[in-house]
Amino acid sequence: MQKKIGYYPGCSLEGSSREYSESVVTLANAFDVELVQVPDWNCCGATAAHNLNSILSFSLPARILAKAQEAEMDTIVVPCAACYNRLTMVQHELKKDDALRAEVNGIIEAELKCDIKILNIVQFIQMFVADFVASKQQFLFDKKVACYYGCLLVRPHDVLDFDRTEDPQSMDEVMKSLGANPIDWPFKTECCGAGMSVSRTDIVGRLSGRIVKEAADRGAEAIIVACPMCHSNLDMRRPALEKAMGEKLTIPVLYISQAIDMALGKSQKESGINRHFVPVNISLQNKVAAPQVVLEKTEEN
Amino acid sequence: MARIGVFICHCGENISATVDCEKVAKVASEFPGVTVSVDYKYMCSDPGQNMVKEAILEHNLTGVVVSACSPRMHEPTFRNACAEAGLNPFLCEMANIREHCSWVHEKSDATTDKAIDIVRTLVEKVKRNEALAPIYVPITKTAVVIGGGVAGIQASLDIADAGHKVVLVEREPSIGGHMSQLSETFPTLDCSQCILTPRMVDVARHPNITLYTYAEIESVDGSIGNFNVKIRLKSKSLDEKLCTGCGACIQKCPVKKIPSEFEQGLGKRTAIYVPFPQAVPNKPVIDRVNCTYYIKGKCKVCEIVCPTKAIRFDQEDSFVEVQAGALLLATGFDVLKTNFFPEYGYGKYEDVIDGLAFERLASASGPTKGEIRRPSDGEIPKKIVFIACAGSRDPAKGIEYCSKICCMYTAKHAMLYKHKVHEGTPYIFYMDIRATGKMYEEFVRRAIEEDEVKYIRGRVSQVYEKNGKLIVRGVDTLLMGQAVEIEADMVVLATAGIASPGSEELAQKLHVSYDKHKFFSEAHPKLKPVETNTAGIFLAGACQSTKDIPETVAAASAAASKVAGLFSNDLLKRDPLIAVVKKCAPPLYSSCTGCFMCIPVCPYQAIDKEEIKDRSGNIIKTISHINPGLCQGCGTCVAFCKSKSIDILGYNHDQVCAEVEALLNEW
Repeated sequence: MQKKIGYYPGCSLEGSSREYSESVVTLANAFDVELVQVPDWNCCGATAAHNLNSILSFSLPARILAKAQEAEMDTIVVPCAACYNRLTMVQHELKKDDALRAEVNGIIEAELKCDIKILNIVQFIQMFVADFVASKQQFLFDKKVACYYGCLLVRPHDVLDFDRTEDPQSMDEVMKSLGANPIDWPFKTECCGAGMSVSRTDIVGRLSGRIVKEAADRGAEAIIVACPMCHSNLDMRRPALEKAMGEKLTIPVLYISQAIDMALGKSQKESGINRHFVPVNISLQNKVAAPQVVLEKTEEN
Repeated sequence: MARIGVFICHCGENISATVDCEKVAKVASEFPGVTVSVDYKYMCSDPGQNMVKEAILEHNLTGVVVSACSPRMHEPTFRNACAEAGLNPFLCEMANIREHCSWVHEKSDATTDKAIDIVRTLVEKVKRNEALAPIYVPITKTAVVIGGGVAGIQASLDIADAGHKVVLVEREPSIGGHMSQLSETFPTLDCSQCILTPRMVDVARHPNITLYTYAEIESVDGSIGNFNVKIRLKSKSLDEKLCTGCGACIQKCPVKKIPSEFEQGLGKRTAIYVPFPQAVPNKPVIDRVNCTYYIKGKCKVCEIVCPTKAIRFDQEDSFVEVQAGALLLATGFDVLKTNFFPEYGYGKYEDVIDGLAFERLASASGPTKGEIRRPSDGEIPKKIVFIACAGSRDPAKGIEYCSKICCMYTAKHAMLYKHKVHEGTPYIFYMDIRATGKMYEEFVRRAIEEDEVKYIRGRVSQVYEKNGKLIVRGVDTLLMGQAVEIEADMVVLATAGIASPGSEELAQKLHVSYDKHKFFSEAHPKLKPVETNTAGIFLAGACQSTKDIPETVAAASAAASKVAGLFSNDLLKRDPLIAVVKKCAPPLYSSCTGCFMCIPVCPYQAIDKEEIKDRSGNIIKTISHINPGLCQGCGTCVAFCKSKSIDILGYNHDQVCAEVEALLNEW
């Protein structure tokens, strides 16, 4: 039985981070969830809109929500942390401010109800994947991993009401369920440099470099992310990071959806891992193999 | 024929800013029965009161309505003024047009109309008022002091020295409170135990003080002058009369690894224990949660080694009831646990501790004998970072108020560390330095200038562990917001001071009000700082708001003097606003039918039966009778009386109905 839910990929997932979209769709299909794109969606405005024009920054996400409402979607999944943040913030603001909502309704020519459930990727996994992952998992993700949440997934807590703003745990829990060993590390919500990726790669080099080096120094074998901006800074900008840190950094960066895809036995192509700049040389153990090893040891004793 | 005087107060601009007082006075002058109606800027001032008095004499007034603030504020003032002019004080009423009108509405005609309505209701009531005489009840000259920290100790000693009996109730096994945990005290750096423990001994020895430790308030009823306090004496599993405090049981107890509450978890205690060696009383209690006997049903080592056979495993909680004239709350404070600040790593890293734990490290009687050694490996830390305002002044995650004591104790901590570890470097991250007490600013300057404490103005965003060091990341806002990183060996959090656990429950038992942070509320923030809104219950110390030792002791002495003042009279004058059973001429004598429904509903057991007899002693009728000394005027019996035979003096049926009718009838 297929479940259908709304899907807002946003611009990044169509462009520089298309592998994220590929992995999310692969993941959803594996768990019999059909992702239906919000019809005729537009850019959420990202950082640019609310720097330039406040009402534009409300209207762009509002139009997306209106389109979802029109298509009778009660839940939409938004894998990009920035899009998730903007959509949730705007729905929250419009819900509590009648005058603002009226103004925005006028601009986008719609009547917003502001009652759409907006899920980030981790919430999507918690709702549709977590309970069934054990039955479908083929490989144990038996690696030390550093879960990196970034700024936008957990803040501001008052509005998003998701996980803890300091030392969040939700991704760590998901990775644990795959057999991974998530490390305790201090930079889970440290800024990666975000949009400076384009204008000041030197700043990104320093900020992201520090994050990647800390994860590597603490013995992590992969960094797990849930944001296309974080991913491109940690992955695509790796040469700038290495320059800033003055050392070679080889630790790969995976989207959390890709990590689950890997555990399900999906190919690199299916989960988009082949598109990464930093090669992902992670081989996973067969899931049934691990208990056998334990059994052999017991027999020796 | 009624001759009522109406006096409209402007209360500066408090009332006149939104209410047209002149108009109120003019309209009121036309009410039936009103002889004189005037307005004045400050009616409670001397000239204002004189206006009232002169009007009473000049117009031979039969009633007075002062239209001003709440009766809580100035009813006694004006009733006294009336009495001085020869008018019975209970013929004076307050019409509250400030709290009930001007303060809560905008300036408008409707606001003025409401003020007029309020005045009209009281005019109608006062016309029906009767002259009443106060009643006098005897005072039980015993005070129950709740909480045995420095506030409770000081208050108990002061009251006892004034010659009155005191019952001191403490829920822990020893008195002493947080002050007994402190190392040295600011701004003089004198040893906390050295100044406190002799006072603790004084309490135990004072002939006027009865001390109940390991005890809690079960229930309180009665009222000022005559409270009835039921105290639960938690079982100590010990016969205190037999115990000599030799300590053999403590030495032999096999359960030795329980984190000591007194040592803030830095030291260990046994299951049978005294909290600290200088405890008063110095007799142990058994912690039943951790005792092997209570868990597994066997052990009893303490019973075997006790030379006086004082251990009582089957002892149960017992109760004592105390009659008291006054209660004094001194339940103190607690510190906020910082579990909801994961960024500071408290609970995750052993070497991130709170201020109270640092006090134990610095204390000569502490787990390290006063050497500053970090909890994880016992090394002497070379760099300590102190974080002030960990939770205070933080409406998002902590509490919005300033905990007030942290600036000073953090300066003290840094100073003590520097005195003990000369080569060490203390850093303090702070928001502002609030050092407003006597010699406080000088103390902080001394920390900065003589002891070279490095003050950094800014907040800490994160503490994390790397290579055995605690990396403290913060910002220096005086260096243009430059990021700062310090590799520290230990971090001390000045966690916010909060109300003591159980405060809310206790407040509800005692019917005293408390604020949203569960601190007890004073009756007036400026003029009644140690009284509560409940007569006869007083406050001292940090149960009201976080306070340092000098302030706490001052408040305790103030509260004690209030109690002593109350006890200086043999009789307590009380307003006669109590219920009475109405009587009338024979042959009816009273409309009371003798159903006695009122007896079981009275919460104060104030009602009994009265026999009406003829001259030869034959019983004509049995009716209810209300004991004026016990009645609190709650009115429950009035509501239950089917024949409307009970009235509350000052609020009888006629008066209340007249008020309601005056409000409903447009004139």
